[in-house]
Amino acid sequence: MTTKLRGMNERIKMLRLQSETTTPTISIERALLVTEAYREHYGKVSVPMLRALAFKNLMEKKTICINDGELIVGERGPQPQSAPTYPELCCHTVDDLEVINKREKISFAVSDEVKQIQQKEIIPYWKERSIRHKIFEQMTEKWHECYQAGIFTEFMEQRAPGHTVAGDKIYRQGMLDLKEEIGRELEAIDYENDFEASNKSEQLKAMAVCADALITFARRHAEKAREIALNTSNLERKEELYNIASICERVPAHAPRNMWEALQYYWFVHLGVITELNTWDAFCPGRLDQHLEPFYSRELAQGTLTREQAKELLECFWVKFNNQPAPPKVGITLKESGTYTDFANINLGGVKSDGTDGVNDVTYLLLEVIDEMRLLQPSTNIQVSKKNPDLFIKKAGEVIRKGWGQPSVFNVEAVIQELLAQGKSLVDARCGGTSGCVETGAFGKESYILTGYFNLTKVLELTLNRGVDPQSGKQLGLDNGDPRQLKTFDELMKAYAAQLEYFIEIKIHGNQVIEKIYTDEMPAPFLSLVIDDCIKSGRDYNCGGARYNTNYVQGVGIGSITDSLTTLKYHIYDHQTFTWDEVLKFLSDDFSGREETRQLIINKTPYYGNDDDYADSIMQEVFHLFHRLVDGRKTYRGGTYRINMLPTTSHVYFGSVIGATPDGRKANSPLSEGISPVQGADLNGPTAVIKSAAKMDHLLTGGTLLNLKFSPQVLAGEKGLQSLVHLVRAYFRMDGHHIQFNVIDADTLRNAQQNPEEHRGLIVRVAGYSDYFNNLSEQLQNEIITRTAHRSF
Amino acid sequence: MSKKGLIFNIQRFSLHDGPGIRTTIFFKGCPSSCLWCQNPEGLSSSKELFQSNAKCIGCHTCLENCPEGAISFDGPEPVNDRSICKLCMSCADNCPTGALEAIGKEMTIKEITNEVLKDRIIFEESGGGITLSGGEPLQQLDFVIDLLKAMKELNINTAVETSGYVSIEALKKVSTWTDLFLYDLKLLNPEKCKEYTGISSKPVIDNFKYLAQNGSQLVVRMPLIPGINDHHDHLRLMADTLKENGINELELIPYHNIGAHKYRGLNMDYQLQELEPPSKNQMAAVREAFLSEGISTTSEV
Repeated sequence: MTTKLRGMNERIKMLRLQSETTTPTISIERALLVTEAYREHYGKVSVPMLRALAFKNLMEKKTICINDGELIVGERGPQPQSAPTYPELCCHTVDDLEVINKREKISFAVSDEVKQIQQKEIIPYWKERSIRHKIFEQMTEKWHECYQAGIFTEFMEQRAPGHTVAGDKIYRQGMLDLKEEIGRELEAIDYENDFEASNKSEQLKAMAVCADALITFARRHAEKAREIALNTSNLERKEELYNIASICERVPAHAPRNMWEALQYYWFVHLGVITELNTWDAFCPGRLDQHLEPFYSRELAQGTLTREQAKELLECFWVKFNNQPAPPKVGITLKESGTYTDFANINLGGVKSDGTDGVNDVTYLLLEVIDEMRLLQPSTNIQVSKKNPDLFIKKAGEVIRKGWGQPSVFNVEAVIQELLAQGKSLVDARCGGTSGCVETGAFGKESYILTGYFNLTKVLELTLNRGVDPQSGKQLGLDNGDPRQLKTFDELMKAYAAQLEYFIEIKIHGNQVIEKIYTDEMPAPFLSLVIDDCIKSGRDYNCGGARYNTNYVQGVGIGSITDSLTTLKYHIYDHQTFTWDEVLKFLSDDFSGREETRQLIINKTPYYGNDDDYADSIMQEVFHLFHRLVDGRKTYRGGTYRINMLPTTSHVYFGSVIGATPDGRKANSPLSEGISPVQGADLNGPTAVIKSAAKMDHLLTGGTLLNLKFSPQVLAGEKGLQSLVHLVRAYFRMDGHHIQFNVIDADTLRNAQQNPEEHRGLIVRVAGYSDYFNNLSEQLQNEIITRTAHRSF
Repeated sequence: MSKKGLIFNIQRFSLHDGPGIRTTIFFKGCPSSCLWCQNPEGLSSSKELFQSNAKCIGCHTCLENCPEGAISFDGPEPVNDRSICKLCMSCADNCPTGALEAIGKEMTIKEITNEVLKDRIIFEESGGGITLSGGEPLQQLDFVIDLLKAMKELNINTAVETSGYVSIEALKKVSTWTDLFLYDLKLLNPEKCKEYTGISSKPVIDNFKYLAQNGSQLVVRMPLIPGINDHHDHLRLMADTLKENGINELELIPYHNIGAHKYRGLNMDYQLQELEPPSKNQMAAVREAFLSEGISTTSEV
């Protein structure tokens, strides 16, 4: 099989091929350099300064890599697809490294040398000093039991908080400008009256060290570029390398003057953030089209840049993201986020700071780049405002319907209202967007941390078992009494609410302790340089220094919990189809010998996703309950708790720890994802799905995720594209936060052929007629599969 | 307003029955009996029982629930004795898997309106609305007129898909409340038409002329059935008929056998079992033929 080489020219094709075909490896270099710095400085300097000196050691000594032909330079590891480790956060055992090396999915090659160094140099120092070790030491036994049972996950146990996005200041200020600001703040410290004075001073000095370190890192690239240039016979490349050298001397020390410098500057900052710590969601330029537009249009007018050259720079930039796999995860964290993607999620479109249409020429150029590159990273999304032209959605739709999952689609008006509801200023809200999967943030000014997924359905299982986990037999929750004694559905909901509150307390209590550990021991002085108002406040990003500080708990499986509760209400309380005895029996038996009961439930219960208020109102009840229990609580560093509704891959993990559920789901199978209906439960088409989903009050969240599945034929042609635009506009008019069009492929159809029950709502279109895929003859199904495999638009 | 219509499906997110995103309401009962019909559940104007053996798990719930004793089991699936069955649908109501299903539901204007209004925002964003289809919706004329009026009062765009086999008076009344007709022209030759669709083509053509000449918005659709209506003479006749009435566009709907399984489910014979859908080349040739007669065609991929 030959893979088509993608990219606008030979240079890009080569770089992209290298990125896609290089095996991910583990590099021990960072671990060694950090250990060296800690051995030298630990206990002798303040914690922020210790972190800054570790960063400095990395920037001064880590291997400099400039790949053949590239225009944007710098790698996190010594070469593409090489991931460093972060022993100060997670000190891998040699067994961990073996697993990482051998596992079937998301593996990294680990050499024997790396294992030996880990054994001899890294483990002895970090084994009991790593954040992961400390977190697990300090959590209560109850927390550990709940964590092991899969009631919630914990984001910070092996990766650092990050979850943030760059604003626009790096396009106006160089590192030297930021250092000047730091100097002014240092001067202004009131040592007599400010109790935080010495902390601030140490923090600011640490930030200044980091600013210099990044400049050094860039200059080392300049030296390397010149060195390669000397040995390059190709004159064109020689000149490029000299250009790269001058650019690396200009940025990040000074503000960029053109698009090439702007991209290179951002990339150095990106590398700084993801080398300092293994921040969740890596880092992200955010609204890239709006940031680049002034450079682009000025240079185009001056004749110093062509559209093609701009595109080439952007395609080089794209490859850089894909060269950085997410650092290796282990244990439950791998289960909740099993991917190489590191969630840099670039925003296109939206509105400008004055509220006007933000779509510009670079927006359309970027859509071309996204389509041409088709890389796993960076993720991309479009921010759709009522002020944006339909053409923008259509152009994005042409990419979306090709079916490789990008870009996803967000509602600017909803995002702004969410941010305003959380107390952000209007301008900060307009300059915000979404990052990671679907998370709302004030770009450049907010620390918005996901703290863990929460298994809403598991809590029902515990409620039905008086707080005992049927998987382990342990009493995890409250004994809420025998469910058979619950006389009404309201009584059931009260029992569920009490149980939910109990577990949320455990989760948030744990979070507070973890946050303190990070505040005390793991500041991020480099990241703090680029996020406002850390310099002004003299406080670190991880200590509440950002202008806005938000913690999230992410609710998972709203479809599954809704359908389960709906089944109990409908069949026990409203129609007396079953008694509690029967329900408890078939759940504990995993429906064994009761297929007709299971079928009856699946086929005769109003489920979420069909625009039926019977089920949808229960979804609203659960949602508001979860929101009430989490929203508004204060975090350790002075922020506020909020909720959002997204799963990454945790719905599969969370399903694996739950037995059969009342909605007919068999034991250990996946839960519903995001706010999408249970797989196969939506039978009334996509308009009914968006109607149901919009009954959730999205504006109370910091992000929801809705996935709509389509067969490619439905989105084919001008009519299909128009319909996509109309569905987006309609969902967003109802305040939906995010929608993603999953254009199914032939494999999905083959799977539907084997497992029709999971795909009951799947409609396919065949030459003038539509029908449910399940209803077609095998022969006809095969024909559609063949056609889907060979589709073209 | 207590009138009821017999409806066999309400399908939201219909993309190919008029402009925008639409909700299509399928009326039960049709004067025609086209051999190629892919909605055979729309033919009869009574309720019917539909049986999908693939969904049957052999639980015998239907047997236990039939008050007439019409259901028996010889093999794995139920056999319904239609001479005894009174279509009370108790079996379908209790069937856990939906293997037995009642086709046709009596619905009031209010009930239909409630369903239609669920997608009002989607209609407004997409320029969509409702489409009445079937069966032949105009068979249930009084109800249809009331429904269309109710829709227009709610500012909902209306389309009617019709075989045209109705009285001219009926059509006139309906046209007052209809924004768009999706008008089927299948076979123009009267004898052929009678032979393959069971009805005469004369009123169909007369009504077509009336609508075309009286300013109704009209999309003409032609199912293309290989060997039955795709020979050259018929295509030319079709083109001439269109042109004479000032129409130069035609929507072609290539034959497909996607509904074949429904005949089995309704215990009916499907006579075109062996007929293959037109090939790409056949479709191209037909479109070419129309184009040479000055008619541009659209056809879904």
